[in-house]
Amino acid sequence: MATQHSRSVARLMMAPAVVLLLGWMLVPLTMTLYFSFKKYLPLRGGDLGWVGFDNYVRFVSSSSFWPAVQATLVIVGGVLVITVILGILLAMLLDQPMWGQGVVRILVIAPFFVMPTVSALVWKNMFMDPVNGLLAHLWRFFGAEPISWLSEASMTSIVMIVSWQWLPFATLILLTAIQSLDSEQLEASEMDGAPVLKRFYHIILPHLGRAITIVILIQTIFLLSIFAEIFVTTGGAFGTRTLTYMIFQRVLESQNVGLGSAGGVYAIILANIVAIFLMRIVGKNLDA
Amino acid sequence: MARTVTTQRKTLNTALAWAVGLLIFFPILWTILTSFKTEAQAIASPPIFLNFDWTLENYAIVQERSDYMRFLWNSVIIAGGSTVLGVIVAIPAAWAMAFVPSKRTKDILLWMLSTKMLPAVGVLYPIYLLFIQLGLLDSRGGLVVVLMLINLPIIVWMLYTYFREIPGEILEAARMDGATLKEEILYILTPMAIPGIASTVLLNFILAWNEAFWTLNLTAVDAAPLTAFIASYSSPEGLFFAKLSAASTMAIAPILILGWFSQKQLVRGLTFGAVK
Repeated sequence: MATQHSRSVARLMMAPAVVLLLGWMLVPLTMTLYFSFKKYLPLRGGDLGWVGFDNYVRFVSSSSFWPAVQATLVIVGGVLVITVILGILLAMLLDQPMWGQGVVRILVIAPFFVMPTVSALVWKNMFMDPVNGLLAHLWRFFGAEPISWLSEASMTSIVMIVSWQWLPFATLILLTAIQSLDSEQLEASEMDGAPVLKRFYHIILPHLGRAITIVILIQTIFLLSIFAEIFVTTGGAFGTRTLTYMIFQRVLESQNVGLGSAGGVYAIILANIVAIFLMRIVGKNLDA
Repeated sequence: MARTVTTQRKTLNTALAWAVGLLIFFPILWTILTSFKTEAQAIASPPIFLNFDWTLENYAIVQERSDYMRFLWNSVIIAGGSTVLGVIVAIPAAWAMAFVPSKRTKDILLWMLSTKMLPAVGVLYPIYLLFIQLGLLDSRGGLVVVLMLINLPIIVWMLYTYFREIPGEILEAARMDGATLKEEILYILTPMAIPGIASTVLLNFILAWNEAFWTLNLTAVDAAPLTAFIASYSSPEGLFFAKLSAASTMAIAPILILGWFSQKQLVRGLTFGAVK
C-alpha cells in the first residue's frame, strides 16, 4: 500500500508535467482573453484600449462569420459521415479471413502517416488539376468535361482529401473493436440462420457503438482545427474558409489581434463542448 | 474457435480487400511512381503507369534547389527533440499515477487530456507574441518546446496505460527484498516498460513529424521542417509534378516506414486507452 512517503514522492514526480501543462494552458489562454477585450492592431497603432465585448459582437456579425460556420460544419460533418460509414464497411471486410491480410492493412493505414501538407498538395496537383490531374484524364476518358475541382467543387474536394486522410484512423479503431467481438456469438447467430443484415444491426453495430462514438468525438476535435489542408489548397477561397482559418486570417494576415482573439475564445468554447462528451467516455473507462 | 470458410469465399474476400486497399494506397503509389518520371512523362496524356524511363534526376534537382537535407534535419531535431523531452517529463508522472494512484489521479489525467483539446488557433497570437519576445520565432528550440507541450498529454496517457498493465505485486516483492526506489525503477520497472515506452516514442515522433499548424506558423527559413518545405511547393513554377512527387516522397518515406511498425499502438495512443 502507498505510504505517506511514497505519496509525496509521487506528487514530486508528477509536478514537472503538471506545472508545464498548467503553464501551457493558462498563460496563452489568459493572453487570448485579455486581447479579446482590446482593440489591438500591432501594425496600425498597437494597443488602442479596452472595448468590452465589441470584438465578440463584431466577430459574429461579420459577413464572413456564418459562411465560415457553414464551411466548418460541412467539412466536419461530411468527413465524419464518410469516414464512419466507409470505416465500418472496411473494418468488416478486413476482419474476414483472407490472404495477405497484413499487407492490405498496411495499404489501408498508409494515408494516415502522410503529412497534411503533402496529401493536400498531391491531391491538389496530381489528381485535381483541371488540365494534367489524373481525375481530369479520367473524366476525358469517359468523354466528360474535366472539373476544376478546387474552385468549382471546392468543398467536395476538401472533404475528399480530408476523408482520405482520416479513413485509416476510423478503420483501424473500428477494426480493433470488431476483433474484440466474441466470434462465438456471431457463429451462433449465423447457425440460427440470422441473415447478414440482421446480424449487422443486432450484434455488430451495438458492439461497435462505443468505438463509433470515440471515433466521432476524436475526429471532431481534430477536424475542427484543420488548417494545412486549406492553407495549401484554396487558401480559404471558394467558400472553404472555416472558423479556424478565419481566425488565422484575422490574427496573422490582417493583424487584427483583438478580433481574432475573440474568435479564438469562440473556438475554445466550441472545442470544449465536444471535449466534455469525450472526457465522460474516457473517464468511465478509467474506473473499469 | 476459428471460423471455417470456403476457399471460394476467402478468394472473394481477398480480391475485394486488395482492390480496396490498392485504391486507398493509390495516391501514395502514384506519387512515388511520378517521382521517377521526367516532367514531360509526368503530365503525359494518357497517363503512363510503369513503362517510362526511370530517372533519379528529380531527387537531385530537389536536393540541389531547396536543400532537402536541411529541412530533413530540422524535422528530425524538432520531432525527435520534442519526443525525447516529452518522454523524460512524462515517465515519472505516469509512473506515479500508475503505481501510487490517489483520488485525484483520474482528475489529473482527464485535465491533461483537456489541454490537448485546446484549439491551436485559439492561442495562436499569444504563442506568436511570446515567440517574438523571447526570440524563439523560426528557432528549432522553440518548436521543440511547443510540440513537446501539445503531445505531452498523449505521452503521459500512453505510458500510463502501459505502466498500469505491469503487475504491482512484482514491485512490492522487490521492495520487500529491500530494493530502493531507484533500483526498483532501474532494474524492475524499466525492463518491463521498455516496449511501452518504445511504442510511445514511435507514435509521438510520427505525430510531431506531421504536425502542420505550429510548424507552418512559427518558422520561416532557418527552422523550417519538411511540412514547411512541402508547403513551399504550393505555388507552381512551370513543369513541376515530378519534382513535387520527389519532394513529397522524400518527406513521407521515413515516416511511412516507422508508421507501419506502430499500427497497433496508434489505436491505444489516439483513443487515450479507450479502445485497445
